[in-house]
Amino acid sequence: MAGRMNRDMQAFVALMALGLVAPLMIYPVFLMKVLCFALFACAFNLLIGYVGLLSFGHAMFFGFAAYISGHTVKVLGWPTEFGILAGTAVAAGLGLVAGAIAIRRQGIYFAMVTLALAQMVFFFCLQAKFTGGEDGIQAIPRRPLFGVLGITNDFVFYYVVLAIFAIGFLIIYRTIHSPFGQVLKAIRENEARAISLGYAVDRFKLIAFVLSAALAGLAGATKAIVFQLASLTDVTWQMSGEVVLMTLVGGMGTVFGPIVGAAVIISMQNYLAGFGEWVLVIQGAIFVVTVLLFRRGIVGEILAFIGRARASSAAEQQEVVADRQVEAGG
Amino acid sequence: MFDLIGVPPQALFGQLLLGLINGAFYALLSLGLAVIFGLMNVINFTHGAQYMMGAFCSYMLLTYFGIPYWGALVLVPIIVGATGIIIERLFISRLYHLDHLYGLLLTFGLALIIEGMFRKQFGSSGLPYTNPIPGGTNLGFMFLPYYRAWVVVSSLVVCLGTWFMIEKTQLGSYLRAATERPDLVQAFGINVPRMITLTYGFGVGLAALAGVLAAPIYSVNPIMGANLIIVVFAVVVIGGMGSILGSIITGFGLGVIEGLTKVFYPEASNTVIFIIMAIVLMLRPQGLFGTPK
Amino acid sequence: MRFSARALLAAAVTAICAGAGAAQAQYSDGVIKIGVMNDQSGLYADLTGQGSVWAAKKAVEDFCKATKCHDKIEVVFADHQNKPDIGSNVVRQWYDVDKVDVVVDVPTSSVALAVNNITKEKNKVFLVSGAATSDLSGKACTPNTIHWTYDTWALANGTGNAIVKTGGNTWFFLTADYAFGHALERDTEAVVLKSGGKVLGKVRHPFPGQDFSSFLLQAQASKAKIIGLANAGGDTINSIKQAAEFGIVAGGQNLAGLLVFITDVHALGLKTAQGLIFTESWYWDTNDANRAFAKEFAAANKGNHPTMIQAGVYSAVTHYLKAVHELKSDADGAAVVAKMKATPTDDKLFGKGSIRPDGRKIHDMLLLEVKKPEESKAPWDYYKVRATIPAAEAFRPIDQGGCPLVKK
Repeated sequence: MAGRMNRDMQAFVALMALGLVAPLMIYPVFLMKVLCFALFACAFNLLIGYVGLLSFGHAMFFGFAAYISGHTVKVLGWPTEFGILAGTAVAAGLGLVAGAIAIRRQGIYFAMVTLALAQMVFFFCLQAKFTGGEDGIQAIPRRPLFGVLGITNDFVFYYVVLAIFAIGFLIIYRTIHSPFGQVLKAIRENEARAISLGYAVDRFKLIAFVLSAALAGLAGATKAIVFQLASLTDVTWQMSGEVVLMTLVGGMGTVFGPIVGAAVIISMQNYLAGFGEWVLVIQGAIFVVTVLLFRRGIVGEILAFIGRARASSAAEQQEVVADRQVEAGG
Repeated sequence: MFDLIGVPPQALFGQLLLGLINGAFYALLSLGLAVIFGLMNVINFTHGAQYMMGAFCSYMLLTYFGIPYWGALVLVPIIVGATGIIIERLFISRLYHLDHLYGLLLTFGLALIIEGMFRKQFGSSGLPYTNPIPGGTNLGFMFLPYYRAWVVVSSLVVCLGTWFMIEKTQLGSYLRAATERPDLVQAFGINVPRMITLTYGFGVGLAALAGVLAAPIYSVNPIMGANLIIVVFAVVVIGGMGSILGSIITGFGLGVIEGLTKVFYPEASNTVIFIIMAIVLMLRPQGLFGTPK
Repeated sequence: MRFSARALLAAAVTAICAGAGAAQAQYSDGVIKIGVMNDQSGLYADLTGQGSVWAAKKAVEDFCKATKCHDKIEVVFADHQNKPDIGSNVVRQWYDVDKVDVVVDVPTSSVALAVNNITKEKNKVFLVSGAATSDLSGKACTPNTIHWTYDTWALANGTGNAIVKTGGNTWFFLTADYAFGHALERDTEAVVLKSGGKVLGKVRHPFPGQDFSSFLLQAQASKAKIIGLANAGGDTINSIKQAAEFGIVAGGQNLAGLLVFITDVHALGLKTAQGLIFTESWYWDTNDANRAFAKEFAAANKGNHPTMIQAGVYSAVTHYLKAVHELKSDADGAAVVAKMKATPTDDKLFGKGSIRPDGRKIHDMLLLEVKKPEESKAPWDYYKVRATIPAAEAFRPIDQGGCPLVKK
């Protein structure tokens, strides 16, 4: 266990190092987008990967938080950091309400319920005044962070977003590896047994749901500042589908899978922008192929491969040992 | 603007009838979902796309082969049902041993593919389809187009026919038995995998039928099913997937409630079903007709 | 096969008009680079999409002939998938990395407004043809943006005014319940009242809607002569289809579309759409030049005929190229736009016109009525022109938009 954690941490440090130099080679706005979606996918993964709950409505937290941070910063004139926090807090509140309703059902029902709730939030955003309907909230200012750090420069802001991502990621990581996270996994594996062991399963699920909603909100609120806009796109059910796709492609229930998945899907979208009409078909095909052939996702398959390699080399070693013993015995 | 008291009872009656007609679509679609779910434990996310295929297929039959509406009514469910059977054999059947969530994800992906292909082929703004029974009759309280009357009657007949087949015939009893204990039914010499395949085809056929019925009155475009399917999911959650009759009644009932909302508070008419869903979940998580497990 | 051909086409920038090595170093990067961004896969793909790309390339081709291919011009395109974040990401990259000088088309107002902001920030040029929101030459106007083809105000004004004048003086609105629908309704209502008409009632329908029968019954009960459809796309198609079904037009009431395109009429079929009245800025069957353009367009686009948006792309690109050619520079976006505003517009599709200081392109608008099936002689022969609204009256008076560029 400790070894695993160490390896994860090494990988994380390597990833961060990569993140530090990346903007020298890649367009920083694009990288910020990847980071926002990576955090979103990690938050989503917390539910599907570690509690076994498939939320098909996570866009409601992501998109609604974007609206809140956009509105507070642009219209109410709040400082950027408070705007982002406000978005996160409102997403958490929304998560509490939606979670309380949704966790009453399991499995596929849970997915359908979250989808329906998200659709309700979508209609609310469509009709509410402050969201600007189809136009969205535009030209959200990038005010200096904490009053001093100018973030109008994409490079500077990129590192801020990287820091936000790192914080979100570490919160998730810490949660998964805490006793709380162990209980979540127990629920995923066998809910009835967890109940009989005396755990208030529903409360655990709800806390996990709220945490996931809050972090999805953090991602959405940050994205609103990055792109200086908040729009209906981020609350549609298609967006909920996209985050599922990212996590699935990267590897559900793996720590780094969602990050890889987000990077893959976002780059693909960027590339597909010149592709025109095939976007939907390609996304759908990736869904189908992943579900049929690579259910573990990219990271999951790699880990499994490493695992197999280790197992076989371990087995070889044992054989060698056994051979020697035989020799010694003979 | 109409206010609450300002609605004359006659107009109200008209709106109730309209609600019932819309409910006919919900009922047909949620019935198909329930039949598929009952036997396969798969939530068929492709259902909306298959409904859309039904509408497009009747357009194609008319335009390319000159087959009119009435022919399409019979042919389209068979054609689209057959594509459903292919999909089940090629893809869905590989997932039965896994968590049901994978079935949902797979059919979601398939829905995207189908939608994308139709967009590619037919564009996004839609296609015309002529109303086969134009005209209508004045009922005194409202003008009832003949076509709407036909929709509600045919949908009721199909729904009740399906219910009868599943609940009252021997074939239906096999189906129900296979839902409970597939292994045991298999042991009695019944080809359960084939039954599952055919059931999926049948459920898809129902969606396609709804599509044919919709073509003359709703815009025929590639995304016509995408938003509808979410409402139908909510209908299914409200009714609970336990009973066939339940899904029929919920479908029609919610159509009526939605119709009334359009009169009294139109701003909420697209959210009312979701609100009802939330309330039902709080009070009776297994759904109105579901059995607690 | 087709798939990979498309990929190549998209990946590689299509160089259309390679200059013969003439001295042209004034252009940033040596090339005038035009980026067409619109919806290629979604709701507005037929309206804009590849058709707009074709129109832009056609404009370049014609300009090239006229100037003996003196300038090196490239056209690139992208699909914003109706998502403002994808659109803004692409445009930023176009400006920062790919050295695109001008962005054209951009339907979907959320994306257009985002591009509007970025273009100003980077001092490039933005020629809007696809987006409808009249804010682009109002509150959100910039020295770098020209709103070319139409806007919500012009459509509402043309339709509302003309219908009231021809006797349609009582109205009932069927309004999509979000900001866009409300704006259409508000603008049209103002015009109707101003021209002496009356609004008997309105109902807000959910967006997107599927069944409008219940709202149509309310409209029918109001006995208004005109039912104004303050909605768009699929909602408009559904309302018109169902109005025909419920015998509303047969019963003597008329429908007025406030945002209808020729692709919508095509989707409805003449049998259902006949008698519908609405406003557009361009129709292919009005003169020989337009017909010739449409014929070429149809040959290249699966038989579809150009929409006003696609024609607008042609017109806008043509005028832009003229201005840049005369300036001999495309580096300073605001300067190019200023030059465009100072020069009267003249092209084969939109004829003579001008651009106001607030960035509003001014030209005549057409009040159209959909033909009866028996009046239509050929595919896409859909409209009768009922009236021409002169340019001076067609658009929102410049002092009412609230554009900060306009000095009071």
